[in-house]
Amino acid sequence: MSLRQIELEVLRYDPEQDDEPRFQKYSVPCQEEWVVLDALNYVKDNLDGSLSYRWSCHMAVCGSCGMMIDGEPTLSCKAFLRDYGSKIRVEPLANFPIERDLVVVLDDFMSKLKRVKPYLIPKQHKPIADGEYRQTPRQLKLYKQYTLCINCTLCYAACPQFALIPDFIGPAALALAHRYNLDSRDGGRAERQEEVASHEGIWECSFVGACSEVCPKSVDPAGAIQQMKIASTVDWYLERLMPWRNK
Amino acid sequence: MSRKPYVRPVARTTWWLSKGRYVRYMAREVSSLLIAIYLMVLIIGLMRLSQGPAAWQEYMESLASPVAVLFHLIAFGFTTYHATCWFNVTPKAMRIPSGDDFVPGRLIILAHYAIWGVVSLIILVIAGVL
Repeated sequence: MSLRQIELEVLRYDPEQDDEPRFQKYSVPCQEEWVVLDALNYVKDNLDGSLSYRWSCHMAVCGSCGMMIDGEPTLSCKAFLRDYGSKIRVEPLANFPIERDLVVVLDDFMSKLKRVKPYLIPKQHKPIADGEYRQTPRQLKLYKQYTLCINCTLCYAACPQFALIPDFIGPAALALAHRYNLDSRDGGRAERQEEVASHEGIWECSFVGACSEVCPKSVDPAGAIQQMKIASTVDWYLERLMPWRNK
Repeated sequence: MSRKPYVRPVARTTWWLSKGRYVRYMAREVSSLLIAIYLMVLIIGLMRLSQGPAAWQEYMESLASPVAVLFHLIAFGFTTYHATCWFNVTPKAMRIPSGDDFVPGRLIILAHYAIWGVVSLIILVIAGVL
C-alpha cells in the first residue's frame, strides 16, 4: 500500500469563536484506496480532534457525509482520493447555513420534507384481515427509482434556484412527493398538490438539471419535477375543459 | 450553548459563472431570447408582405445586409443549441412505459431528431431549395 501526501483545505467555522468561516490546511498521509472521508477521519483522530463533520455508514447509504469537494457537492465516502489532485478543498454543502465546520443546518430541509407528506396515504382504509396490497412489477417500476433517495441533500447544494429562492421546496422533497404520487397503493396526490403545485413547489424549478447530475443514487429529481409539471398542467386544462370532472 | 449558524452570501448576478453546467444552462435560457427576436423578424416580414411588393422587396433587401446575415447565423447557432438541449432531456420528462420497463431514452431522443430532419426536409422542399 503506497502512501500519498494530500493537502486538505477545510472550511472551519466555530460559532463560539468565529464571525465568519476560515480555511485551515492539513497535510494528511493518505493511502491510495482512501476516500476523502478517510482523510477527514485521519485529521480528526491524529491532527485535530475539534474538526466537526457528519458521517455514518461509509458506503453511500446513510446520506450524511455530503460536502463540497473541490466545489462539487459529493458524498465524501464516495470521493476517491485517486480522482483528485494533491490539494483538495473541502467545504460544507453549499446553500445551507453552517452549524459548525462541515456540519450544515438541515432544519429547513426537514420541514420541507414533512410538507410534501412523504408517506403512503391509502385511497381507502383496508383492514389487515383483507390482506396485503399487491403490486405488479410494472407498477413498482414506475416509482422505484425515486425510492432510492437517501436525503443527502447534494441536490440542494447543486440547485441554483434553491440558492436564489430559499423558499423553493427543492429537488429531493419534490422527487419524494412524486414517488408516492406514482405508487398504485397511494391516494394522496390531491393533498400533496397543495404544496407541490404551489409557488414554492415545482414551478420554481427552471430545469437546470444540476440536481440529477450530482445525485449519488441516480434518482433524477429533475426528471421527477418535470413529470409533475406536465401532470399539473394536464390537471389545469382538464379542470377548465371538462368541468364536470371536478364534481 | 446558543446556536449561531453562518449563512454564506449568494452571488446573485454572477453565480452562473462558477461552473460549466450553469454556463450551459444560461446559454440555453439566453437562446430563447434570440429565438424570440428571430420570430419578431418573421412577424415584421409578414407585416411588410401585407403592405405590398415594394415593402416586401425592401424587407428582403434588409435581410441581405451583413448585420442581418450575422444575426441569422448567431440565431441559427443558438436555436440549434436550444433544440438539442431540450431533445436530450426529453426522456426525463417523458417516460413511456413498455412492458415492465420504459422505452429507452435514446430512442425518444432519436425520434425527436428524426422528426426534426423530416420537417426540415419538407420545409426545404416547399421553399424550393431542394
